[in-house]
Amino acid sequence: MLLMVEVEVRNVSKNFGNFKASDNVSFSVERGKLIGLLGPSGSGKTTILRMIAGLETPDSGEIFIGGRKVNNLPPGKRGIGFLFQSYALFKHMTVFDNIAFGLTVQKKSVAEIKSRVEELADLIGLKNFTHRYPLQLSGGQRQRVAFARALAPNPELLLLDEPFAAIDAKVRQELRGWLKKTIHKLGITAIFVTHDQDEAVEVADEIIITNRGRVEQAGIPVEIYQSPKTPFVAKFIGESVQVPDCSIFKGFDEYESFAGILRPEFLEIAATIDEMPQPMPVTTERGIVRGTFFRGSVIQIDIEVKGQLLKGFRGLEQTTLHEGDEAFVFIHKIYGFDGDKTTVIENAAKRGESVVI
Amino acid sequence: MREPIWLKRTLIFLAASFLFVMLIMPLLLVAKEALSKGVDFYFKALTDEFALKALYLTIEATISAVVLNTIFGLASAWLLTKFDFRGKTFLGSLIDLPFAISPVIAGLFFIMLFGRLSPLYPLLQEYDVAIVFAVPAIILATVFVTFPFITRELVPVMENQGRSEEEAAATMGANGWTIFRRVTLPNIKWALGYGIILCSARALGEFGAVSVVSGHIRGKTNTLPLHIEILYNEYNFTAAFAVASVLVFLAIIVLILRNLVERANKNPVEEEIPTDDKNSSELKAGVAHG
Repeated sequence: MLLMVEVEVRNVSKNFGNFKASDNVSFSVERGKLIGLLGPSGSGKTTILRMIAGLETPDSGEIFIGGRKVNNLPPGKRGIGFLFQSYALFKHMTVFDNIAFGLTVQKKSVAEIKSRVEELADLIGLKNFTHRYPLQLSGGQRQRVAFARALAPNPELLLLDEPFAAIDAKVRQELRGWLKKTIHKLGITAIFVTHDQDEAVEVADEIIITNRGRVEQAGIPVEIYQSPKTPFVAKFIGESVQVPDCSIFKGFDEYESFAGILRPEFLEIAATIDEMPQPMPVTTERGIVRGTFFRGSVIQIDIEVKGQLLKGFRGLEQTTLHEGDEAFVFIHKIYGFDGDKTTVIENAAKRGESVVI
Repeated sequence: MREPIWLKRTLIFLAASFLFVMLIMPLLLVAKEALSKGVDFYFKALTDEFALKALYLTIEATISAVVLNTIFGLASAWLLTKFDFRGKTFLGSLIDLPFAISPVIAGLFFIMLFGRLSPLYPLLQEYDVAIVFAVPAIILATVFVTFPFITRELVPVMENQGRSEEEAAATMGANGWTIFRRVTLPNIKWALGYGIILCSARALGEFGAVSVVSGHIRGKTNTLPLHIEILYNEYNFTAAFAVASVLVFLAIIVLILRNLVERANKNPVEEEIPTDDKNSSELKAGVAHG
């Protein structure tokens, strides 16, 4: 089956005064995919979403939805549903009237509206709440009403602006799973904006990472995690410690001085040299434990190696390390920076060997 | 924090006596003086030809001011809160201008603009249009002094609401008029009502600007406040107070309306707001059925 392109953004730029909200942004989204636009605040992700919706006008560039150029179409003619961060429910209308709004605008028959609203109220699990007003609903319920309202006119494309930002942490988890399942079940294309990488990784089929109005990298979460293309992506995704000169570490000393990023999972921290999977003194560093933090399923160890504070994890069942203890550190790999590119550099011990750990 | 009882009582006494001397007593005196020559004289003063004409003119000017300023207030508040453009702050302060300018000066503006000294005057003469010392100028002056009331009531409310509800309606295909009628208007109706009431109250009592442009022609360009002044200057105190009591009566109606609007506005639907704990069961039900 041929994969259809649902949304295409071509060389889109947008300035607010001197601020470059979007700087030559291009990407495309396949039909039926759930896409996360991920970036720090001010990176231009919401502006991109609003331009796709038609709520902002790009200064230059083209936007296509379902193969149709939409630059000159008003929001209501683009076949989109938009979920606002604040939900933007109509306070003076009941849940029923909120969900029905798009259908009444289209002048659908009363019977048709009733059956569609009931179907959606059932989908969001609020069929006994249709007579309520938004102020009489909890945050999670409001979000689902906004979701149903956006879906009611059967849009081809659903756009969600920080859909989970205003919800309690406890409920957020549950809603993420629900939203992902529901969007896939409906077979609709969706783009959501978030600044939370856990959320993007968990919910999205593909992630587009934005920074300073530009797209840094697009791809499936695993790919972005494992091979970040730019220093920004390496720093932004996952936990990381940035080191100005990585050639000081054993196993990397044959390189010229280079800056890089170390993720906690790149480090093997051992109390004794025998605990190491590859007990090779030439490629193993010694360090002093500077702090230990219980992190639920693992213990985070802050360890100082050659004057550089690094972060790593140890399992709960391994021998306990204390502040001030000496320990062994093996660095599996580093994301080394090369201008605005990132390359993965393996430890010499692993480069020499043939696979297998 | 609890204040000592003597402090509380002193403050209450001060506030109450101030209210009594400044507000209640004048009202009582108006009533007393108005009725001092008997009920018959009172009604005669009210049904006097010139008094009735003045009342009609006042009502005409008030209704015109309310209608025009409602349209203008909605448009300007919409512009100031839902759009970004250069000179927005300037426009905002310009709308407040009638608050800052003395009504007398406002009246003089219109004399300069439409009177004999105006370059427009020959043109007006040619088409036989009378503005100054005629009804149009009275309406213009009233509209001018009551200009900011509705806008000023609407702007904070609309600012607070932001644009997202309107944007949501737009993404669902609603056009500008539908958005205004079904989304914006229901959200601002109480503020609009309040603004209209304030605007009416101010228009009913307007004296300064109207006095300058009216020319005080009895039965033609006299509004109620001007009529009262004339009666007073003629030492016809009882009649003056009798007519004044009509204005007081109208003011009291406005106050009552104001309170009703305020109460209605502060009466949101009180019902228990569910917590998010119920989500799990609702969601499961939803997924199973959907």
